[in-house]
Amino acid sequence: MAQITLKNLAHSYFPNPTRDQDFALKEMDHVWQDGGAYALLGSSGCGKTTLLNIISGLLRPSQGRVLFGDRDVTDAPTAERNIAQVFQFPVVYDTMTVRDNLAFPLRNRGMDAAYIAARVDQIARMIGMEEILSRKAKGLTADAKQKISLGRGMVREDVNAILFDEPLTVIDPHMKWELRTQLKRLHREFGHTMIYVTHDQTEALTFADKVVIMYDGRVVQMGTPEELFETPAHTFVGYFIGSPGMNLMEAQVEGDTARLASGMTVPLGAQYGRPAGRVQIGIRPEYAMLTAGEGLPVTIRRVEDVGRHRLVRAEVLGAPLNVVVPEGMPVGAELTHVRFAPQKISVYADDWRIAPQGRAA
Amino acid sequence: MDKIQNNKAWFLVLPVLVLVAFSAIIPLMTVVNYSVNDTFGNNEFFWAGLEWFEEMVTSSRLHDALGRQILFSGIILAIEVPLGIFIALNMPKSGFWASFCLVLMALPLLIPFNVVGTIWQIFGRVDIGLLGHTLAALGIDYNYTNDPLDAWITVIVMDVWHWTSLVALLCYAGLQSIAQAYYQAAKIDQASRWAVFRYIELPKMQGVLLIAVLLRFMDSFMIYTEPFVVTGGGPGNATTFLSIDLVKMAVGQFDLGPAAAFSIMYFLVILLVSWVFYTVMTNLDKAEGQ
Repeated sequence: MAQITLKNLAHSYFPNPTRDQDFALKEMDHVWQDGGAYALLGSSGCGKTTLLNIISGLLRPSQGRVLFGDRDVTDAPTAERNIAQVFQFPVVYDTMTVRDNLAFPLRNRGMDAAYIAARVDQIARMIGMEEILSRKAKGLTADAKQKISLGRGMVREDVNAILFDEPLTVIDPHMKWELRTQLKRLHREFGHTMIYVTHDQTEALTFADKVVIMYDGRVVQMGTPEELFETPAHTFVGYFIGSPGMNLMEAQVEGDTARLASGMTVPLGAQYGRPAGRVQIGIRPEYAMLTAGEGLPVTIRRVEDVGRHRLVRAEVLGAPLNVVVPEGMPVGAELTHVRFAPQKISVYADDWRIAPQGRAA
Repeated sequence: MDKIQNNKAWFLVLPVLVLVAFSAIIPLMTVVNYSVNDTFGNNEFFWAGLEWFEEMVTSSRLHDALGRQILFSGIILAIEVPLGIFIALNMPKSGFWASFCLVLMALPLLIPFNVVGTIWQIFGRVDIGLLGHTLAALGIDYNYTNDPLDAWITVIVMDVWHWTSLVALLCYAGLQSIAQAYYQAAKIDQASRWAVFRYIELPKMQGVLLIAVLLRFMDSFMIYTEPFVVTGGGPGNATTFLSIDLVKMAVGQFDLGPAAAFSIMYFLVILLVSWVFYTVMTNLDKAEGQ
């Protein structure tokens, strides 16, 4: 097992990339701790699979280095990197039995037969497949096949990291929970570094200790689920994490006050100086409150009951705004205004979050 | 709700029934008619019962032709199937050369059978044919018109040239459907090239291979035109396969009764063997799924 370091890494599918948009992966520097559970989260085409393939060695980056521990593996072929990968669609060797599937990577490495048998039994116990070891892999369900792929990865003791490329795509919803829980348990017990690619925020937030959000070939934020929720570093994170995402409003910020398009002001929780560029303020729907007179005037369009709470789709100064209203609180005609919790407002200049300079006076 | 019972729906099957009757059943019945009668023309028939069938079953001429036929089909399958797989594995997967190879491979399949025969008939001639003349110039004693082995080699090489493409194209289609992830997983598992073929490519090609083997078996078992044009069944009877013998019997000797009995047995043999092939291979598939 090893810590994974990405040094000045960038990748382009063009032979001679010149412009920024030629790069599928923009330059990045990251260290992935040994034994961590990471999720790579982003919408389709943001470069997360490219990054995964670079780590697994299926793709050579156009620039930068990949280090496993102290060893530079940028040019090392996949087989030498000792990584395991679980793919989107279950990859099992159909004609082999489950046992042979699990033994396959060890046999290819010329391991001793007695060791292989013992190791396969051990892995089968871990993934709960002792019962069906002698069955052919062909007729199994998708989730069983995914478990076999996972087992085939873990069967090697020297495995550096296990990579998951949207592994639950073809799994039935009720099995997703179970598999994810099992995965978490295996991670806690055996401490493999796990990197999990997905575009489903629930999967990412429940699985990972650290979630890496990618947008347009860039890692925009790497943090715990709480950090992503409370202090999104980029407007994309605000929009992508949360259901619904963060409300964003064009504003001019000066000190601890944001002035909206109509001239109305919103108090902020800290001093922000006078940021330049395109300035926006962001507030999570959970931190906006409907009031009877305090705050900004609001027009309520629709109320959706989603069970635990209700979601109010509204409009403020011509821009859409979502507000989460706790269950039990009546939404009546007297609620004509909306107030934002000042400490929970984030300020963005050209989509990137600005760190507050100090407490508001 | 009550289910509507209306047996008139059976009438909907009628058009198909009529079509099949005219295209297959009635012609087949005339053959059956010939096979149990003796005729000297003029539509005069004398009942012969199973006499022709008995004659054919015990005929050494038929036995020999059947032996040659089985040998021919066996050799054809043994060469074309592995060769087709090998070619498919080595064809480019995409880009200009992939299209180029596909067109190149499809070409022999588009040539009419008797033209293929004519091409090889001339190609192999010692006096003017490129192949025959070159071999002769190299000092190799090659003459398909009077050496049975040379005749066999020519007919087999011709069939391989004509039909390997079919196997290759079917396998190629099978290979193209394998997701890239399988190859990536194999790399991660450090699988050898042979293991990739044995455990990934071959199982995925199984379906198309079944079709390829079945088509090549049926076609080669019924082969007529190409060897007829090249060797005319000779030298002697060396390349007289079942179809060629059948035509000789029916058209050459006008032995319609025996020829009809022969036809029916021929048809049943092909049907039986194809059915056995199909059942065995699909059962194999099912057994693996258990």
